[in-house]
Amino acid sequence: MTALQIDQVSKAFRASTPGGGVTPALRKVSFDIGHGEVVTLIGESGSGKTTLGRIILRLTPPSSGRVVFEGNDISAFGHARLRDYYRQVQGVFQDPFSSYNPIYKADRVFEMIRGVYFPHLGEPAWQDKIESALAAVALNPGDVLGKYPHQLSGGQQQRLLIARALLLDVRLLVADEIISMLDASTRVDILNLLISLKRSGLAILFITHDLSLGNYVSDRTVILRHGAIVEMGDTVKVFGNPRHPYTRNLLTAVPELHRKWQPAAGAVTRPAGVAGAGEAPVPAPASDPPRLTEYEENHLVAEDAA
Amino acid sequence: MSVKVENLSVAYRMRAGDVCPVEGVSFTVADGEIMGLAGESGCGKSTLGNSLVFMEGRMRHLGGRVAVDGQELPIADFRAMRPYRMAKVSLVPQYAMNALNPTRRISRLTADLLRSHDVRESDVLEEMKRRIRLIGLGEDVLGKYSFELSGGMRQRVTVILSTLLNPSLLIADEVTSALDVSTQRAVGEMLMEFRDRGFVKSVIAITHDLSILAQIADSILVMYAGRLAEKASTADIIKAPLHPYTQMLLASLPEVGVRYDEATLTGIPGRPPSLVNPPAGCRFADRCPFARAQCGQAPPFEEVEPGRHVACWKVSQRWPEGGGRA
Repeated sequence: MTALQIDQVSKAFRASTPGGGVTPALRKVSFDIGHGEVVTLIGESGSGKTTLGRIILRLTPPSSGRVVFEGNDISAFGHARLRDYYRQVQGVFQDPFSSYNPIYKADRVFEMIRGVYFPHLGEPAWQDKIESALAAVALNPGDVLGKYPHQLSGGQQQRLLIARALLLDVRLLVADEIISMLDASTRVDILNLLISLKRSGLAILFITHDLSLGNYVSDRTVILRHGAIVEMGDTVKVFGNPRHPYTRNLLTAVPELHRKWQPAAGAVTRPAGVAGAGEAPVPAPASDPPRLTEYEENHLVAEDAA
Repeated sequence: MSVKVENLSVAYRMRAGDVCPVEGVSFTVADGEIMGLAGESGCGKSTLGNSLVFMEGRMRHLGGRVAVDGQELPIADFRAMRPYRMAKVSLVPQYAMNALNPTRRISRLTADLLRSHDVRESDVLEEMKRRIRLIGLGEDVLGKYSFELSGGMRQRVTVILSTLLNPSLLIADEVTSALDVSTQRAVGEMLMEFRDRGFVKSVIAITHDLSILAQIADSILVMYAGRLAEKASTADIIKAPLHPYTQMLLASLPEVGVRYDEATLTGIPGRPPSLVNPPAGCRFADRCPFARAQCGQAPPFEEVEPGRHVACWKVSQRWPEGGGRA
């Protein structure tokens, strides 16, 4: 069953200066996420991937288009329905250090949930809930409860935030670059945790700029450039047989341990006088994104691929 | 040998006592060598890099010598180091691209920088323009403000600035981090090209990202908790690491093409020891599956094969594989 449906979502930011233009952050993006599925959203800086995450969490309204969670358009939610929505949809973000108030103990993030969602739950039942949430993220209660954020490692902090989401009846997790600030030796533990959560039925949107992490963790992949989807589908197909030149270029730029960078196919890596390597010109705000066509089953490619 | 570091120790003064993130470090970097300096947060890699060029106030030089091109650097003396900076040894500190003054055009920043090193701008301006064109940027970046440039452009400008006087050693601290993969590649290739063209003799590239080093580095030095763990050629480190820490670190890196249902990767359990009162012996011992009683003594960083240095009893004494905790 589809957990989340993103339907023709666009977002334009207007510059605050007089005469400032309109920046199209998202252009008619559509895809869905099923229960028990990890969808990776890959894009470079400025591709709109974080904006999409914020729209799903209703932290930013879309300019047009709909986000539908289990059959309900989330923009219609009033206060009570929204609270219920956050019971089921939670986000974890890039910087664990800024998610905590350093003055308070780290487990205060749990207490804040209790105040809003479980005001009448008794102490023993609450402790049981915390214990099972911590067990699900492989944390030892004695290691983390009652500690201040600076006493925890980055990996422990991120797990604690995931555990906080699990205290609720979370059904969709928006994970925005949650491991890019962690050390390599602890990153993969968080990825494995996401995989075990997915196996228990959680839908996960994994937002990242790191292709190898996205490849490792996801069932389906969506590749975003300048706010529009250039290629999406089954992860094995998108990475194994990339059709769009942009995807291919990204893949040739990924540093790999056992293979040296190959000369980029087709496109020049370093066009003279152009902003960054491989950067395409920013599209006009009003322009429609290229249409997606089916290359094979579960593999869509933008028509401008040619 | 272009760069020779001998028994270098650097500490930070803290109320709790001295914290020593660089302890008895010795290594050499040859002419034309790009050496990667890898390790996790807090292992001392940035402190080591900074101390070779810019020993700031809270850092204290506890001992050890640094020589570049056979000439000893007065690294402990902040003022005496002044003539060597930029001309002999140059540093691109972490986050340097975010530290470009936003109220000055790049040309003005350059002029200020050159004046402070007593270099006439007219002597190097043409060369700077040539290098800007060489890496695929337009000369117009000189007339821009830093906020008008993308992260990758800013990062490349900082590298051009720091290598303008053709230093013998460039220390590049996380210059490829926080960039997109295609920009990462452009900056990485720029370091190699500058080395090939002799704009800089040797490079120490500090990063936590081993896969970038696999692309650009000739050799890799791995640090763990303030000490050196392993140094070898890039191919040896990547294909046949000897130190258990290097082995486990590499095993935890996902690669394109590897998916969770094909191979489950594992992280390293535990976390590095605190550098306030660190354990007496091998600092990796409590996370190491091979640790034995002898690991209570610190293993020396020694050459176990030609060109391969490792600090591990298991390697230097050739313990059989699979030996568990004693």
